[in-house]
Amino acid sequence: MSDTGQNVGIVIVSHSPMVAEGTAQMVRQMVGGEVPLAWCGGDLDGGLGTSVEAISNAINSVWSEAGVAVLVDLGGAETNSEMAIEFMGAPKRDTIVICNAPIVEGAVMAATEASGGASLGEVVATAQELSPL
Amino acid sequence: MVAQTDIVITHRVGLHARPSVKFTKLAKTFDCKIEVSVNDTDKWIDAKSIVKIMGMKAPAGTQLHIRADGAAADEAVAALHGLVERDFDERQGAVPADEKIADANSA
Repeated sequence: MSDTGQNVGIVIVSHSPMVAEGTAQMVRQMVGGEVPLAWCGGDLDGGLGTSVEAISNAINSVWSEAGVAVLVDLGGAETNSEMAIEFMGAPKRDTIVICNAPIVEGAVMAATEASGGASLGEVVATAQELSPL
Repeated sequence: MVAQTDIVITHRVGLHARPSVKFTKLAKTFDCKIEVSVNDTDKWIDAKSIVKIMGMKAPAGTQLHIRADGAAADEAVAALHGLVERDFDERQGAVPADEKIADANSA
């Protein structure tokens, strides 16, 4: 259990704002409102892509000492998320983890685990438990 | 303290995505160890694991065994029994979007 009194936050990063928003909507409707949740997607011109700045803003909007689990889709979403986390600096960056899990299923699983007050490690492990399937 | 109950899943799409989330979230509100098994397989799985509960893919008509061991075991079993009995509180109102998808896929 987290000892900060707050639930681990979830950030969804997709190349498509519609995928990111739709995933966030599924989390809200299926899991509920007790988990801090943010999403971002698309580049500044409205096309497909991800932005380090948008990812940083999303992470900051839900960050607490309990930590943040990040769900990503393809290549650039992951590398830009890694960059955004790196820029956070120590020790904050150590409380933000990218999950090796499918974005939609991983977000729902992670949020379900987080809603019960689980630690960041437990939340990430739950999302990643999906991967071998 | 140990408690156990059996109940048949009557929700028409079974222990699907949203019902699994509700079941797991409710289980997590209790400190005791809670496990479930289906159709007398004697394979008990952690009721607080969303991945394992959803992974059971238990359809309507499944005989669900729920057992709890520890603090408030009776209350935990009664609460989960009630949730399954009430069709996960989805008996009334519009069909949620994820179930429409599930129905379409099973058709």
